[in-house]
Amino acid sequence: MAISRRQYDAVVVGAGGAGLRAALQLAEAGLKVAVLSKVFPTRSHTVAAQGGIGAALGNMGEDSWLWHMYDTVKGSDYLGDQDAIEFLCREAPQAIIELEHFGMPFDRNDDGTIYQRPFGGHSSNFGEKPVQRSCCAADRSGHAMLHTLYQRNVRANTQFYVEWMALDLVRDAHGNVLGVTAMEMETGEISILQARATLFATGGAGRIYASTTNAFINTGDGLGIAARAGLPLEDMEFWQFHPTGVAGAGVLITEGVRGEGGYLLNKDGERFMERYAPNMKDLASRDVVARAMATEIKEGRGAGKEADHVLLKLDHLGLETIEKRLPGIREIARKFANVDPVRDPIPVVPTVHYQMGGIPTNYYGEVVVPGADGPNTIVSGFYAAGEVACASVHGANRLGTNSLTDLVVFGKATGNRVIEFLKKNPGQRALPADAGDDTLARINRLDTRKGGEDPAQVARDMRRTMQFHCGVFRFPDTLTEGVAKIREVYERAQNLEIKDKSRVFNTARIEALELLNLIEVARATMVSAEARKESRGAHDRADFHERNDVEWLKHSLWYREGDRLDYKGVTLKPLTAESFEPKARVY
Amino acid sequence: MVNRVITGAHYGFGSWLAQRVTACAMAIYSVLFVIMLIAIRPGDYEAWHGMFVPVWMRLATILFWLSLCYHAWVGVRDIIMDYIKPTAARLVAHGLVIFALIGLAAWSVQILWRA
Amino acid sequence: MKIRIQRYDPDHDAKPYMKEYDVQLEPSDRMLLDALVRVKEMDDSFSFRRSCREGVCGSDAMNINGKNGLACVTKVADLKEPVELRPLPGLPVIRDLYVDMSQFFKQYHSIKPYLINNDPAPQLERLQSPEDRAELDGLYECILCACCSTSCPSFWWNPDKFVGPAGLLQAYRFIADTRDQATEARLDDLEDPYRLFRCHTIMNCVDVCPKSLNPTKAIGKIKDLMLKRVV
Repeated sequence: MAISRRQYDAVVVGAGGAGLRAALQLAEAGLKVAVLSKVFPTRSHTVAAQGGIGAALGNMGEDSWLWHMYDTVKGSDYLGDQDAIEFLCREAPQAIIELEHFGMPFDRNDDGTIYQRPFGGHSSNFGEKPVQRSCCAADRSGHAMLHTLYQRNVRANTQFYVEWMALDLVRDAHGNVLGVTAMEMETGEISILQARATLFATGGAGRIYASTTNAFINTGDGLGIAARAGLPLEDMEFWQFHPTGVAGAGVLITEGVRGEGGYLLNKDGERFMERYAPNMKDLASRDVVARAMATEIKEGRGAGKEADHVLLKLDHLGLETIEKRLPGIREIARKFANVDPVRDPIPVVPTVHYQMGGIPTNYYGEVVVPGADGPNTIVSGFYAAGEVACASVHGANRLGTNSLTDLVVFGKATGNRVIEFLKKNPGQRALPADAGDDTLARINRLDTRKGGEDPAQVARDMRRTMQFHCGVFRFPDTLTEGVAKIREVYERAQNLEIKDKSRVFNTARIEALELLNLIEVARATMVSAEARKESRGAHDRADFHERNDVEWLKHSLWYREGDRLDYKGVTLKPLTAESFEPKARVY
Repeated sequence: MVNRVITGAHYGFGSWLAQRVTACAMAIYSVLFVIMLIAIRPGDYEAWHGMFVPVWMRLATILFWLSLCYHAWVGVRDIIMDYIKPTAARLVAHGLVIFALIGLAAWSVQILWRA
Repeated sequence: MKIRIQRYDPDHDAKPYMKEYDVQLEPSDRMLLDALVRVKEMDDSFSFRRSCREGVCGSDAMNINGKNGLACVTKVADLKEPVELRPLPGLPVIRDLYVDMSQFFKQYHSIKPYLINNDPAPQLERLQSPEDRAELDGLYECILCACCSTSCPSFWWNPDKFVGPAGLLQAYRFIADTRDQATEARLDDLEDPYRLFRCHTIMNCVDVCPKSLNPTKAIGKIKDLMLKRVV
C-alpha cells in the first residue's frame, strides 16, 4: 500500500474541548495546522458534559483561586501535582471570561454576570462550607462550550480533517516526535502527517469498562498510540466512578442535580450521605459519594427489586427550577429511566466516568518521561492536553467541573507552548526511512488474518474483566486474577479477525483498531491497580484500606514494553502558593 | 466554466412580503365579493353588469386582479427557479410569464371599463 | 426483533438494497441503537455513525420507519416491526447509513456561526440579563444531527442554495444574542430568494427535531426582523 505524506507546522489529534482550544490558539497565530478527529468536532465527547466549568469568579459570593486550589489538591487525595493545580486554578477565571467573549451562552444572574452553582468538593475557606463555583449553561455546559469553541475555530479558519483516525506516532532515532500516521475513514487510505509539533487531545478510554458514561468513541486512542511508541502511561489505576449514572443505562446525570439541592436516598428513604460526609453531605467529592453508594448497596440498603441502585431525589426543587436549570436531566430521566424527576426519584449507580491518569505532561502540556534530564525529561515535539494527559491536576480523584476547566486552561497553555517551540524550531526534521511501516504492517495483518478472534467477543471479555476485577472496591485476589485475565485477553486481541474487507467506512476495521488501543489502557489500569498497595482517591483496596503517604505518595508509570511499572514523585511545591501538605481527608 | 453557487439577489424579502400583502388584498376582496353576491344575487347579465358599475367596485376588482397577477408571478417564478436550471431558458420562461400576466391584467382592465 | 436496513458498499454493490436482520435483544437493549450494535455484532460489515448514545452528539441520525430521528433515543418498544432503516434522505449515500454531510455543514458555516462583536473585549464577562439570555433557549441546544434539514423538501430541492432549518436556527441564535453586533449583516446575508425564503413553512423540521426545537419559529422571527427593518 502506498503511503502519502503531508507536512504541517502542527498536528492536533482530537477535536474536543482541549483540541479545539489548542487549535484555536494555533490557527489564530497563523500556523499551518491540521486537526484530526474521528467524528465531526461537535460530536466529540466534551459535548456530553453537563454540570459546568469550575472557576473562582466569585460571582455568587466570596471565592478565591487559592480555595479552588485547596479543594482540588484535597480532592486529588494529595496525588495531584501542586504546580499544575495552582496553574489550573489561577488561569481558570480568565479561561471562563474568554469563553464568554467567544459567545458561550452561560446562564446569568440578575446583575448580568455568569451564574455559578455549587458542586461536589468545592468549598469556601478551605473546606468550611459549599461554594458556588460551577459556571454553567443549564445542564448542557459541555455542549455549549464545545459548540462555542468549534464556532470560534470556524471564524479562525482552522483546517479540520473530519473522520480521520490517528494510528501511530512517528518518532526518529533520537525519540523526537515527527507527526502521526492516520487513516481517512471514508477511503481507508493511510497517510503520514508530518509536523514539527504533535498535540494529543484524544480524550479518555472509559470504554474499557462495561458500564460507562463514556461515548463509543472514547477508546483511548492517544494512550494506545503513546504506549506503542514506548512512552509510559501515568496513574492509570485511578478511574472516577461518577456517583450518578442512570441505573442500567449508564447515561450520566450531572452532579449539578445535587448542586441545585437534590440528594441521594437509600431504600429506607434515608439521606445516607449525612452519615458519610456530615459537612458536605451529597456534595462531598465523587470518590467519597460513589463509595458511600456502593457501600449502601453492598450492605443491602439498595433500592429496587434487585436492591442494586440508590435513588436521586430532586422533585422538591420544583418544576420551575428543574425546567430552568436541569432540563436535559429531565429529558434523560424520562427517556432512559422512565421516570419524570418532577415527581419521582431517578435510579442511579456509580458508573465509570473519567480517567484521571494519562500521558504524563507538565503544566505546559509538554510530554515528560523519565530520561536523560531526570524523571521529567521532555519528549521533543510531543504535547498532550485534556483527559488523555496527566499533568497531573486530578491526582487520584477529579473534582466535578474541573475537567472542562482542564480542557480550556491546558488546551490554551499547550497551544501557546507549541507556538513558542515552533518559533525556536523552524525546520522539519527528516522522517526516518521506515516511517509508517509499523502501521501498514499492523493494518495488513488485521485485513488478511483468517481464523482469528472476534473483536466484539474480545471487547466484551475485556469490559467484563475490568468491570468485575477493577471496580469501585478492589480486592487483592480479584486484582491478581484480573491481571492474569486481562493479559490473556490482551493476547487474544493481538489475533483479531475482521470479515469486512471494504475500503470505504470500514467500521469493523476501525473498531478493531480501537480495541487494540483500549486493551493497552485496560492492561495499564489493571497492572497499576494491582501494584498500588494503598487506598487513595478512586483507588480503594480492601487489604490496604488507608492512604499510605510514606510509600505511595508517588505517580505510577506503566510501560507497554515488558508490561512493567516505574514510579515518580509528586510535585508538592506549587508555583507561588504555600504547599498543601497531605492530611486526613474529611468532607 | 466556473460553476459557483450564486446567491444574494436581495429580493427575497420584498417578494415574500408582496406575496403576503397581495394575499391579504385578495382575501379582503373575496369576502367583499361574497357579501355582494349574497346581497345582489345576480341572476342575469344585467345584474352582474350592475354589480360592477360603481367606480369603487371596479377599482377594488382591478386591485384584486393586479394582486393576483403579482402573487402568481412570485409563485410561478419560484417554480421556474426550482425546475428550469439553464439561465437562458429560465430568462425566457420568466419573460413569457411576465408577458402573460401583464396581458391578463390589461385584459381585466379592458373588461371592467368597456361598458 | 426484525430490522430491515438499506445496505450499500460502493466497493461491492452496484446499487443499494434492503437487508433484513432478526436480532435477539437483551432486556437492557432498550433503544434502537442497542439493536443496531447487536446487528453489527452479527454482521461486521454494517456501517453507521454513533457516539454518545444519549442524544447529545448528533451522530446517529437516520430515517427510521420513514421518519428522521436519532437511533439512540428511539425506544425499540415504540417501533413497528419490521423496522425500516434508511440513510438520511436527500444527502449522497457513501456507504450503508453513512451519508455525505458536507452540504449540510457548508450551509451551517455559511451563516457565520460565531459571535461577532468588534468592541474591545472587557476585562470581565459581557453582561447579559437572564431575560436576554432566555432568548437563546430553544436555539443554542441544536446538535447538528441534520434530522431537520434532511426532512425538508426545500432543502432536498436546493441544498446548495437554501440554508435549511438547522442553519437558519443557528442564524437566529446569533441574531437573538444581545452580545452579537452583526444583526444587519446577518439579515442582509439572508435577504435572498433562496437562502431564507425557500422555507415554505412545511414544518417537517419541527416534527422530527429530536431536541424538540422549532426552526420554523426561528425563521419566522428572522422574517419579523426583516419586516421591522423596512417599515
